[in-house]
Amino acid sequence: MNIDFSSVRQLIGAAEAENTAISAIVLRQSALDMGADEGAVLARMSHSLGVMKASVQEGLTPGLLSASGLTGDQASVLRQYVGSGKSLSGKLLGEALYASMAVMSSNACMGRIVAAPTAGSSGVIPGCFLAVAADRGMSDDVLVRGLLHAAGIGMVIAKNATIAGAVGGCQAECGSAAAMTASAIVEMMGGTPGMCGHAAAHALKSLMGLVCDPVAGLVEEPCVTRNAAASSIAIISADMALAGITSIIPIDEVIAAMYEVGQALPEALRETALGGIAATPTARRIENALFGGSV
Amino acid sequence: MNIFDIIGPIMVGPSSSHTAGALQIGFIARLALKQTPAKAVIKFHGSFAQTYRGHGSDKAVVGGLLGYRTDNARIRTSLEDAADAGLSYSFLPVDIPDAHPNTIVIEASTAAGDSTTVVGISIGGGNVIIKSLDGIEIEYTGSLDMLVVVQADVPGVINNVSGLLASKGINIVNMRVFQSREEPGKALTIIETQDTLSDDLAISAQSLDNIITSVYLPKIG
Repeated sequence: MNIDFSSVRQLIGAAEAENTAISAIVLRQSALDMGADEGAVLARMSHSLGVMKASVQEGLTPGLLSASGLTGDQASVLRQYVGSGKSLSGKLLGEALYASMAVMSSNACMGRIVAAPTAGSSGVIPGCFLAVAADRGMSDDVLVRGLLHAAGIGMVIAKNATIAGAVGGCQAECGSAAAMTASAIVEMMGGTPGMCGHAAAHALKSLMGLVCDPVAGLVEEPCVTRNAAASSIAIISADMALAGITSIIPIDEVIAAMYEVGQALPEALRETALGGIAATPTARRIENALFGGSV
Repeated sequence: MNIFDIIGPIMVGPSSSHTAGALQIGFIARLALKQTPAKAVIKFHGSFAQTYRGHGSDKAVVGGLLGYRTDNARIRTSLEDAADAGLSYSFLPVDIPDAHPNTIVIEASTAAGDSTTVVGISIGGGNVIIKSLDGIEIEYTGSLDMLVVVQADVPGVINNVSGLLASKGINIVNMRVFQSREEPGKALTIIETQDTLSDDLAISAQSLDNIITSVYLPKIG
């Protein structure tokens, strides 16, 4: 069966028909489409996982500061707090939050990251994956297959909606990342393909309408903490689906709705730094200080 | 688009559409010019006009013009590097009616006087589409090799071009032929291939009857 990534339903249907995982369907089709063997695709994805891990490490450097001075060391501050055992979020979620923020800090400092699906949402997948893997003792092989799964869901979103904040707002970036992550984690935890679709739907619905409003146009405020928030939604969405809670609205309809909402957002709320958080008095003061009044 | 466009690219931040995508458009302008330009006017429209400094889009486009790839750590210093490479650049925020919100126009030229104008859009995740090259609508994404042929609008030309490709054993993936809207009497043939084309092939095409000009754009990895 040829997979053209036209719907999540197609991926779920193929996995169910063959009694296999969505990641296996994505791997086989991608190898075919790219004219590569499956081993080469796995090796390349494994390299991406390595870059993700390095970006988490770089972003946890104490005292890190971006060129603008806006962000840098929040991830290391949060790690220390989570490590103290006082955090309400607990160990797994706490680690997902600071690891997600670490990737975003690295990105803000013009470090090397893996866009997943974009740079502005690059913290969600590595943050959640590494935290879940550490907690559940998952191997890199499981993570690489999780990345393939996430990529498959992302392909469907990119084909049917958008992954660009300038077109669809932050829901298209962090919302997509959370949906991809939630779906992949369900598979990594042994959930069924159907549960994966529900997890993706729970996550994308929860971030529906989220605007893209970066202060001074920089991918820092509110992007760093917003990635952590999207990670928390990814993990709770996976948990809901694994518990057997279904999404009344199917994932493919949620994706279509996300695109409609994105189209309805005014341009001021789509990565132009003209509205939302970017238009607050404090944001304007920061912008003036950085760029002398013109961004 | 494949899975490594979604989990990827591996890139220097901060923005996939505004840093990596902007770099790609600069890189493609360099490909079209076949060398590092001596001069480049970079026009930012829409979201780029508002935020290009904040996202480092300026450093990224210039990095692309210098031949850097999206994961090159030197993007941070590209504006300084441009001076060493003999590239002078200027940035201009513009408003182009009905253009995609992430549009960049690059007018690049060499010291010898060769020039090119590239209109590119950044569609997210570091992916771009070149909407036009020197006024020709090409829809180039860099995923396949492309041969752009400008020809006299007379019978038999397409046959000659496809015959040339066939004689080299090249298989065509996509082919579009259309009459020029701006210049009556001219037509355009856009060919995309999985096989690797070359500048020599574009020169051979140019020597065929009724061909006005031909440009080769390679696939970019």
